[in-house]
Amino acid sequence: MPTSAAPVPAIRFEQVVKRFGDHRVLDHLDFVVTRGDRVTLIGPSGSGKTTILRLLMTLEDPTDGDIYIDGEPLTHERRHGRRVRRRERDRQRIRRRIGMVFQQFNLFPHMNVLENVTEAPIHVLRVPKAAAAERARALLDQVGLADKAGAHPLQLSGGQQQRVAIARALAMDPEILLLDEVTSALDPETVADVLNVLRDIARTTDITMLIVTHEMQFARDVSNRVLMFDHGRIIEEAAPDVMFTDPQEPRTREFLRAVLTGSGA
Amino acid sequence: MNTLWSWERAADVTPLLFDSFVSVTLPATILGTLLAAALGLVIAVLRRVAPAAVARPLRWLTEFIRMTPLVVQLTFAYFLLTDLSGLTIGIGVLGIHYATYMAEVYRAGLDSVPKGQWEAATALSLSPRRTWTAVVIPQALRATAPALGNYGISMFKETPFLFAISVVEMVTRAQQYGARHFEYTEAITLAGVIFLAASYPTSLLVRRLEVRLAY
Amino acid sequence: MSNVDALVDALPRLGDGIRVTLLLTGGGAACGLIVAVTLGLASGNDRLMVRGAARVFIEFFRGTSLLVQLFWLVFVLPQFGVTFEPLTCGIIALALNYGAYGAEVVRGSISAVPKGQWDVTTALNMSRIQRMARIVFPQAWALMIPSLTNLLIQLLKGTALATFILLQDLNYMIGQLQRSTGDTVFAFSVGLTIYFALAWLLTQVMHMLEARAKHRMGLA
Repeated sequence: MPTSAAPVPAIRFEQVVKRFGDHRVLDHLDFVVTRGDRVTLIGPSGSGKTTILRLLMTLEDPTDGDIYIDGEPLTHERRHGRRVRRRERDRQRIRRRIGMVFQQFNLFPHMNVLENVTEAPIHVLRVPKAAAAERARALLDQVGLADKAGAHPLQLSGGQQQRVAIARALAMDPEILLLDEVTSALDPETVADVLNVLRDIARTTDITMLIVTHEMQFARDVSNRVLMFDHGRIIEEAAPDVMFTDPQEPRTREFLRAVLTGSGA
Repeated sequence: MNTLWSWERAADVTPLLFDSFVSVTLPATILGTLLAAALGLVIAVLRRVAPAAVARPLRWLTEFIRMTPLVVQLTFAYFLLTDLSGLTIGIGVLGIHYATYMAEVYRAGLDSVPKGQWEAATALSLSPRRTWTAVVIPQALRATAPALGNYGISMFKETPFLFAISVVEMVTRAQQYGARHFEYTEAITLAGVIFLAASYPTSLLVRRLEVRLAY
Repeated sequence: MSNVDALVDALPRLGDGIRVTLLLTGGGAACGLIVAVTLGLASGNDRLMVRGAARVFIEFFRGTSLLVQLFWLVFVLPQFGVTFEPLTCGIIALALNYGAYGAEVVRGSISAVPKGQWDVTTALNMSRIQRMARIVFPQAWALMIPSLTNLLIQLLKGTALATFILLQDLNYMIGQLQRSTGDTVFAFSVGLTIYFALAWLLTQVMHMLEARAKHRMGLA
């Protein structure tokens, strides 16, 4: 049980282990995210950042350990002293609070933009069609694509498609938004549009955000915490100002230097 | 006699079925497949090298044969060629019909041989005949072996159609036995079992071959 | 009576034969599609029992001859007290046989849908049924049409067996025409050409369906 006097954390990872075959991606990971936090996860590829997002979105199951959302276990629970998988109904109920935007956008190719955004609200939340369409148009307006409601995804640029994907995720009213390298697959010109939309969301809502990104300036603007990952563990945590100007760990320094000078890490 | 299954009858009919299997089904399948493989290759090569006046009608003819029922073609040939035996006609028509499928497979195989191979052969001054036999066809054939296997199995399962031209193959034998003894269950079920026993392991082998060939 | 006169005379009966053939084709294809989708989905199910059962079904109907299946329905089933009309027997046999082949096509096309689509349906909290029915299958459909078209033509060819269970389909009518004209080449040429025309028509319809499906995916 959490001992802090503060309210129950939005997300809590407790000794989470994730193995793919022989390869251990997450190594007894513990961390906590408070409601309203904007956390950026940085680190070299393979350090486990994307895996954390995928675990939260129940796209993977933890090999061991527990993940709690608002104090409730997400994937497994203890029944009769054994660790068992939670029923799909319960997982769905908790998962509803979480939304995700993917690197590859993953828009539905057989629907137009508006249908992409209204699909889940209508069929999952059972929102009436008219109300869902109205909300969708408002969201598309917010991401700057009000005039593209009738367009087909393939008619849009990568940045536009990603903004539709953001609108689609927000249409489900998530309390937690996961952003998995959402600009890494975009042309440099369109990256700014997407980041501005996200800055706007960060500013106008209090949605909890977990962000995996290489866009350091964006991370500085939006986050209140930065976590540095390496080999499945958190090796350093700090506020963005501190982390980016004066990192303590040598590995963090090495990584940031490589990223900021564009030599990759 | 209305018992659900009689092992006695089953034992009775099995030798008859095996006899037809060995004397009709197997030869028809093997010879038909060989004919299809050879003729299909000829068709595919001709369609590529022959002048349009020959290639075009050839293409229409193969399409026509490929897209119309085997059974109808069998009865057609049977009525026309009165001096040939049913089995001979059956093998011929099976071979021709399946040659049209194989021609498609060979075509894809030939298309998959990189253009560079042809150009290298030209650069080495190889004769057209040598180019085909030594360079192109061996490479095209790699992919066709599994397809040949699969079509062989298909043909095997279509040999019963020969009953339409009075060839007493395995299923007809079963049906005749059933009609004579007023009990079809054992005969037809066992015929099905023999088909399954022969085709399933073969199809597994073909699948294994497919995986092995796709390096 | 010249061949042409005999043909004109036979037209209504040929029409009837074509009707029976189309009934068998349409019925077999519709039921076969249901069989194909059911078995195709089942063979990808999480539970081993479901997957295994589907596999057994598929291999069984693919591994035994269409004629055996047809004869089984017509001769063996009545001995157990279950008698179907010949037309029904034909449709069931065609549906089971070609449905089993279709199951492989369905399974293959579903696997070809990008994995990101599966991920995003989880992210949007869709149920499994919604995911398959609204997102994955519609995308797989466009991919499976070409292979299903091939199977449909084979099904059409398979309907010719119906003559042998005493159905008066096109094949039967060809035999009749041959008897009435005494001209084998003429009768069979006419008959085969009609089959070819039917095959061509069905192919065109499937091409249209494919074009429509691709258009909806923004690919055409």
